[in-house]
Amino acid sequence: MKVKVLFFAGLREQLGTSSLEVDVPPGVTTVAGLKGFLVERNNSWKEALAERKLIRTAVNQDMVDAGARIKAGDEIAFFPPVTGG
Amino acid sequence: MKVSVQEQDFDLSAETRLLSKDKRVGAIASFVGVVREVPMTLEHYPGMTENAIRKIAEEAGTRWQVMDSTVIHRYGALQAGDQIVMVAVASAHRGDAFAACEFIMDYLKTRAPFWKKEHRPGGAQWVEARSSDDQAAERWRK
Repeated sequence: MKVKVLFFAGLREQLGTSSLEVDVPPGVTTVAGLKGFLVERNNSWKEALAERKLIRTAVNQDMVDAGARIKAGDEIAFFPPVTGG
Repeated sequence: MKVSVQEQDFDLSAETRLLSKDKRVGAIASFVGVVREVPMTLEHYPGMTENAIRKIAEEAGTRWQVMDSTVIHRYGALQAGDQIVMVAVASAHRGDAFAACEFIMDYLKTRAPFWKKEHRPGGAQWVEARSSDDQAAERWRK
């Protein structure tokens, strides 16, 4: 299934990309699974995505935790803890 | 309820005047955040930002008697002394207005997808989230 993945702020800079379309295999059904798949696909992302402690995730623009389910067509965003205000 | 995420500056007194048009309003509490010392660039997540702020303001309305509220948050390049954010809450009485205003601000700091990058003489750096902000939001948990 195809999903849209977005990165913001420091994470976007570290990965060198802000947005990509990803075709994920059927076994990947959660946010954590997607993160694992992205790391496997691109080993240089390991440090930024997998080993960086604090990454927040939003699915379809709602903040969720790592166990959240994903489905085809979802917009999934990864970003550092927010610092607005 | 008014929520705006914008590059341009805002006028607090104009916004509070709009909130006081309803004759049942007896109190408006407001907060303005200002860039302290260091110029910065603010990035946000268009779409989600507005929705997140709207949800926070709606939640305030379930906890306190809120008649109307306005939240404006800027993004882009900002200089020291520039206004970043304003929250204004209208209510019949001050207690609800004060509490709801503080609640919205505390939640915004931990839930609205904005990121600050500071531009210091030595180079630009993303601001790290502070645990004191999490604690400030945490105390409102029911």
